[in-house]
Amino acid sequence: MTAFFTWLAGLPPLAQIPVVLLVFGIVIALVVFFIEFAPRSGRKYTIMRLLVAIGVPAVLVLMLGVYNDAIWLVPLAAVLGAGLFLLDLRARGGKGSLLQLIAFMAPAVILLAVGLFYPLVKTLIAAFFSNDGSTFVGLNNFVQVLSNQGLQAVGNQVLWVIVTPILATVIGLAYAVFIDRSHGERVLKVLVFMPVAISFVGASIIFKFFYDYQQGNQIGLLNQIVIWFGGTPVNWLQSFPLNNALLIVILIWTQTGFAMVLLSAAIKGIPDDQIEAAELDGANAFQRFRNVTVPGIRPTIIVTWITIAIVSLKVYDIIAATTQGQNGTSVISYQMVRLFQNLPPQTGTSSAEALLLFILILPFLIYNTNNIRKQRLGL
Amino acid sequence: MSATTDDLPQPIAHRSERARERAIRKAENASLSDTKRRLSSTGATIAAVVIAVIWTVPTFGLFITSFRQPADINTSGWWTFLSNPDLTLSNYTNTLQFTDTITVAQSFVNSLVIVIPATIFPIALALLAAYAFAWVNFRGKNILFIAVFSLQVVPIQVALVPLLSLFSNGVTIGNWAVFPGLNLNGVEGSFARIWIAHTIFALPLAIFLLHNFIAALPNDIMEAARIDGASHGQTFFRIVLPLARPAIASFAILQFLWVWNDLLVATIFTSGSNFPITKLLTDLAGTYGQTWYLLSAGTFLAIIVPLIVFFALQRYFVRGLLAGATKG
Repeated sequence: MTAFFTWLAGLPPLAQIPVVLLVFGIVIALVVFFIEFAPRSGRKYTIMRLLVAIGVPAVLVLMLGVYNDAIWLVPLAAVLGAGLFLLDLRARGGKGSLLQLIAFMAPAVILLAVGLFYPLVKTLIAAFFSNDGSTFVGLNNFVQVLSNQGLQAVGNQVLWVIVTPILATVIGLAYAVFIDRSHGERVLKVLVFMPVAISFVGASIIFKFFYDYQQGNQIGLLNQIVIWFGGTPVNWLQSFPLNNALLIVILIWTQTGFAMVLLSAAIKGIPDDQIEAAELDGANAFQRFRNVTVPGIRPTIIVTWITIAIVSLKVYDIIAATTQGQNGTSVISYQMVRLFQNLPPQTGTSSAEALLLFILILPFLIYNTNNIRKQRLGL
Repeated sequence: MSATTDDLPQPIAHRSERARERAIRKAENASLSDTKRRLSSTGATIAAVVIAVIWTVPTFGLFITSFRQPADINTSGWWTFLSNPDLTLSNYTNTLQFTDTITVAQSFVNSLVIVIPATIFPIALALLAAYAFAWVNFRGKNILFIAVFSLQVVPIQVALVPLLSLFSNGVTIGNWAVFPGLNLNGVEGSFARIWIAHTIFALPLAIFLLHNFIAALPNDIMEAARIDGASHGQTFFRIVLPLARPAIASFAILQFLWVWNDLLVATIFTSGSNFPITKLLTDLAGTYGQTWYLLSAGTFLAIIVPLIVFFALQRYFVRGLLAGATKG
């Protein structure tokens, strides 16, 4: 596999696209081909199943480039494959159904296990070891993260998570209500929604320019507005703690459109007769909004709020493209990447920060998982 | 999360009927209390326009700036451009050739090379898994599905470091080296690591979204196919794939924009020669923070692709967002 990727890297960039897609296509075609013949009965198919069950795991291990020391993993994989084959003979869905199911699921599940689950566990462990991973240090990494300037980053992160979802949801909701059924609804919607498609890096540069400060003539609009109102220009991104608020504005700017689209769809889902009934009862616009619209879209408000909160927990790009954590603007999600990129990498403290981030996200995770579990059981 | 399944584009034909019904209702409504509504909403419309203007001005400012002469940019505000309308395209041509570690044009190509496979891979893999989750019965299905779903919100920051070490150092148990990893550290121009990383990080949402849609396909169709003797493979190709096209399109757009706009994964899994444009822009912003002709044109070069995708395929994009409100 390394040989293939090394060869691929030698091609011009654009030529790599068709080649890798072709190879991927062949792999998928083979999987699909196996899915197709796996459940068929007959001696021919049984033999083919056996060959695949033994061969594929062994070849996979070989392709990953197993070391000579561990070459016996190849027969072990083959034996495990054979075991699956035997198990499959007695599968509930008939012969071949288990192997077929594995063909459907294995590519995705293995990648997830290796690429998300294993790293999660590894980070969990690394957080309690020294930076080179040799000695157990208990909670030292966390102590270190929470002292020094680290506490600032934690505080900022909490600020991001609290302020962004609230403001983005409130502005998005207000906007969705304002433009509902108005003339030019589509255009107004697109204008606010557009930032959703813009990268955080792009948004950051747009706002960096907006906040720009110079000696003499100002070219940043914000400072010019200050001047028009008779004030003196400010170096916005260097004045703590205001700079944090101004950075949060960037995220709010990108997320409001997202909130607006979600909430607008929910508002359109409220039955017209409910609004009419309230109207006939003499409710004014605000009362209708409070007593009919808001209760009707409460689940969507919660989803929006949670989604944006999760986005704000992970924010990295905005800090990286603007202040790079200077002047008290760092957040955990940014600092952990920086710590890791130190030479030598601060793996221990970096993992501790990642774990802190995970702990912050845990309530949302539990809430979401509970919801989906209820849904699944209700089905 | 209850909105996620409800809001999914319904694959059944009822949709247009319901829409027509609603349109008729709305028309009746409008004639009833149109004037009343419009009067009360003048203030609201003004407020909306104000918000829209505030939301657009920063982008507009940088957009104008990207067409102004470099000398003008640094001496006068973009809002004065009407009194001195000296516009040029040279910022764009200069920026494309500007070299940091690579040229901006090369990084633009790199972005393309990253984004196309990184969009197709997860969709193909997720489709297979999503079909099995939806239409194959097996023990432990619910638990596995919930596990996949939960992985959606795991911050990728948590996974980055170990995944990188897996790629470069392989697997070692104690002192015993088992796998050597991908061994691509010194290989210039290899995109393998970032393709794989993006694919893995996209899978939870992809499986979740596609599953929701595929599971909502009418049971009768699937049943009929089974009675006709269609195997899972045939059903998957002849029935599920064509019907799931809207869901695939929605996810493809989300994933395309997500990968194109990504900085974090690129920071960890690319190096010098294969930086995407977001990474190069960030570096430029750090090194040439006041070189606005460069940054403004660079920014618009970087956001032109997402904006085209956005305007051309808005409908699918919105659908995807509505269906999977938890991308991370």
